[in-house]
Amino acid sequence: MSTLLFERSLPRFAAARIVSNFGSGRGAGIGPLRLVEHDAPSLPGAGWAHVHPLLSGICGSDLATLDGRSSRYFEDIVSFPFVPGHEVVGLLAEEAVGATGELLAAGTRVVLQPVLGCAARGIVPPCAACAAGHVGNCGHLAFGHIRPGLQTGFCADTGGGWSTTGLVAHSSQLYAVPEGLSDADAVTTEPVACAVHAVLGAGITEGDVVAVLGAGTLGLTVTAAFSHLVTTGRCPAPRSLLVGAKYTHQQSLALSFGAAEALPPEQLARAVRRHSHSLSYGGVAGETATLSTGADVVFDCVGSAESIAQSLSMVRPRGTVALVGMPGKMTIDLAPLWHREVRLAGAYAYGTESVPTAKAGSEEADSEEADSKEADSKEADSNEAASKSGAARTRAKTKISATAKDAPAGRGLPSDTGLPPDIGRAGRVSTFALALEVVGAQTTGRLVSATYPLTRFEEAVAHAGAAGRRGSVKIAFDITKGHTR
Amino acid sequence: MSRRPGFVLEVDKSTPPTLFWNGEGFTLETLPEGSRVIYAPEPMKALDDPYGAIRQALLHPLGDRDPLPALLHAGMKLTICFDDISLPLPPMEAPDIRQMVIESVLDMAAEAGVDDVMLIAALALHRRMTEGELRHALGDRVYDAFAPHGLLTQHDAEDPDKLIHLGQTESGEDIEINKRAATSDLLVYVNINLVAMDGGHKSVATGLASYKSLRHHHNPQTMQHSRSFMDAPASELHSSNWRMGRFIADAGVKIFQIETTLNTDTFPPSFAFLQKREWEWGLRDRATFAATSASLKGVPPRLARGIFHSIESPHAMTSVQAGEVEAVHAVTTENVWKQQGVDVVGQTDILTMGLPYICPYNVNSIMNPILVACLGLGYFFNLYRGRPLVREGGVLILRHPTRPEFHPGHHPSYIDFYEQVLTQTVDPLAIHKQFEESFATDPWYIHLYRTGHAYHGVHPFYMWYWCAHALEHLGRVIVVGGDPKAVRRLGFSPASSLNDALEIASDVVGPSPTLTHLHAPPLMMADVH
Repeated sequence: MSTLLFERSLPRFAAARIVSNFGSGRGAGIGPLRLVEHDAPSLPGAGWAHVHPLLSGICGSDLATLDGRSSRYFEDIVSFPFVPGHEVVGLLAEEAVGATGELLAAGTRVVLQPVLGCAARGIVPPCAACAAGHVGNCGHLAFGHIRPGLQTGFCADTGGGWSTTGLVAHSSQLYAVPEGLSDADAVTTEPVACAVHAVLGAGITEGDVVAVLGAGTLGLTVTAAFSHLVTTGRCPAPRSLLVGAKYTHQQSLALSFGAAEALPPEQLARAVRRHSHSLSYGGVAGETATLSTGADVVFDCVGSAESIAQSLSMVRPRGTVALVGMPGKMTIDLAPLWHREVRLAGAYAYGTESVPTAKAGSEEADSEEADSKEADSKEADSNEAASKSGAARTRAKTKISATAKDAPAGRGLPSDTGLPPDIGRAGRVSTFALALEVVGAQTTGRLVSATYPLTRFEEAVAHAGAAGRRGSVKIAFDITKGHTR
Repeated sequence: MSRRPGFVLEVDKSTPPTLFWNGEGFTLETLPEGSRVIYAPEPMKALDDPYGAIRQALLHPLGDRDPLPALLHAGMKLTICFDDISLPLPPMEAPDIRQMVIESVLDMAAEAGVDDVMLIAALALHRRMTEGELRHALGDRVYDAFAPHGLLTQHDAEDPDKLIHLGQTESGEDIEINKRAATSDLLVYVNINLVAMDGGHKSVATGLASYKSLRHHHNPQTMQHSRSFMDAPASELHSSNWRMGRFIADAGVKIFQIETTLNTDTFPPSFAFLQKREWEWGLRDRATFAATSASLKGVPPRLARGIFHSIESPHAMTSVQAGEVEAVHAVTTENVWKQQGVDVVGQTDILTMGLPYICPYNVNSIMNPILVACLGLGYFFNLYRGRPLVREGGVLILRHPTRPEFHPGHHPSYIDFYEQVLTQTVDPLAIHKQFEESFATDPWYIHLYRTGHAYHGVHPFYMWYWCAHALEHLGRVIVVGGDPKAVRRLGFSPASSLNDALEIASDVVGPSPTLTHLHAPPLMMADVH
């Protein structure tokens, strides 16, 4: 039984970092990752179940970890040794209750919502974020009855997807995969959920010019999610959705997912300028100039100093740069952010989303949205005082509405799923539920370009590190084949 | 020795390789036996006394116009408009024709005591000329007398305060032109007629117009129905300009048109071989060709561009006529055909042409891929009267490096057209419908056009529309030696050599096609019977 184990080893960590200078993913063979024989983790407690992975993706954050380039910020919310792999589709080894409250039989195909929040950690009462359904913002990632770990795949107690022995998952993490989805589709659910969360959190309004910088898995899933959410009325329709994609296969995929234009990243600012009817400071060439207005929202799906600078140069004053790609320590000139009062907003993981109800304007819909805003306002460092007071004013009404409205028969949720009591009601939807919908509608499984057995992990990681250049997008481990070296 | 007319050579075993222009360079190609090569007529004799000829033309106008001195009087408002940097090609050695004509007009105006005189460069939507370019066109004396006082201006098609809407033609075409010119007591237009489509009513109706006016004829439909631009009766572009010009005249705008023609003495003696027939190259020509070709091989494109754009043509004036627009232009056109016309019998399956480093829109600039397409399909393809040189469904083979390089200051909207429009479609009609307005009204392009030296935002569209007739007519366009990615972006096929191109063309025209090479420049116009 094979497992890829990531151990704390400073010499190997340093070696990986040096070798990764020659290309991301090149140092997998000499870094802290080793293929070992390893037993399945034991169940930490009630509400947990074993999952046998079928496919497990290699994410940008995995690559950063393997390259030794992750921010030291994560040191206290990771425990060693851990088995990487948080993008997982697998089979339930035993009966369990899923995140939506339904009973899942052994053998059910599930995807993993990997965040290890208060529910998974057995923390009662949950933190404010978890209580509001924003598990991605959980404040207790280093506490509770399992060791620190922001997600499965970074926690010593849960195992991860890069293992044939399986992992353990809490009920709050389990989502059944609809029958129509392939394994390849399903394994993209986690990045799609990140994308859904980023899109719905960006504050997009009708007629906005929206730019997506970068068209790896994140950029493409943001594009796919955005288009689907617009089509289904969950997100206001933009004037233009423009994608900066370095490679032609990425440009084709972006267009197929609904981008109005997909063009090389260095051309993106020019397209944004044209679509936003901007003037331009600092040269007629436009590429490095700052726009007079610009995009209302820029999704930075790269996360580098260069990409953030580029995003800041093309966003309008008071616009939003949503940081979807994982950044690290970097040097960046924030003068334009300060001067133009740009909102640089992180977009991490998933939880519960507020989406417009089918028929807007009902008291219920209004109150639910207000409730969500109120929850957000608890955590967010918002300077929108008016919004806060507005949310507070409507909260009493919301409570009344929530009391009056019984949960649908048979949908009562077990208390340990970690979902807020109003989840499942119109307007409040789990990110993963939306993601599964996007995955089906946009067939995001086509992003999976190649799969490898665990025994060929060096090749797999190197491929993932050079995915764009090699005409690929998502690389995954196929856990069902090649178990032994 | 008398001037030799244009000539159609049939290639045989003894024919030496044929010169093809190739951007900032040239190459020799061996054409298949039986191919034809069309050579331009030799240069006509220049006027012995150009200043005298100009004076004569001003004193003895054509059509319903009084001699210029009779139209000039103290207290009047006189505006002199002149063709911009796009003419002639290459820019001519000093003194430029415009300088000679304008100096003559100003002398007469001074004699008449006219003191309200304004000079306007008739840019239409072209880029503003630099001081150096204006000085070259007008001479230092004129420039220094007018520019410091704000009396030398460049037409601004985006300044509503300086435009006047005169009305609409019977076909619904808006006439919006330069207000100063339209409201002057006399508008003198100084033209250089390089090819037959220049001049006439096009001078004012296009050169001094706004986008609101130009869009009525600078569109794919008009271009597709202009066969060719050089053949006035068959040109819808001509018809539209004539409707507008007559409307302008009827509206009371008094125009005194001065048109000039040039001979085909295009290149200075150091490049004499470029306008000779290859079998007549002497030792010196062969040596110059070899030395120039060898030295250009090691020169970066930017440097080569600088070398070629420094060439000043020894063009000389062959005629000057003045007076009423249509009467003047009839004579001008006749003189252009006298210099450039070549009789050609029958069409060809494949037309080849080597494209030079320059076209009307990249003087002192970069020939970007869109301009390459325009020069080949818009200009050279249309150098015909009667029928196109190449048959319908035939193949056009161009030779040009077609590098995806752009001058960011001159052609900013071209960059976006190339990256954001041609990536979606190359169909002129679709492009017109989907994209034109957003580019034409883009505030940034307008800003750069008005304050910098940028072509108007809509200009690349017009360049693409110029290609519309050829795109509709041709079965395939192949570019030899071009950047493959750029060539494909244009919707054309790249080929690494002429033989490869002929191989590719055989898919369209069969294995034994007829081939004709247009040996230009120097410019010529084929009268295809």
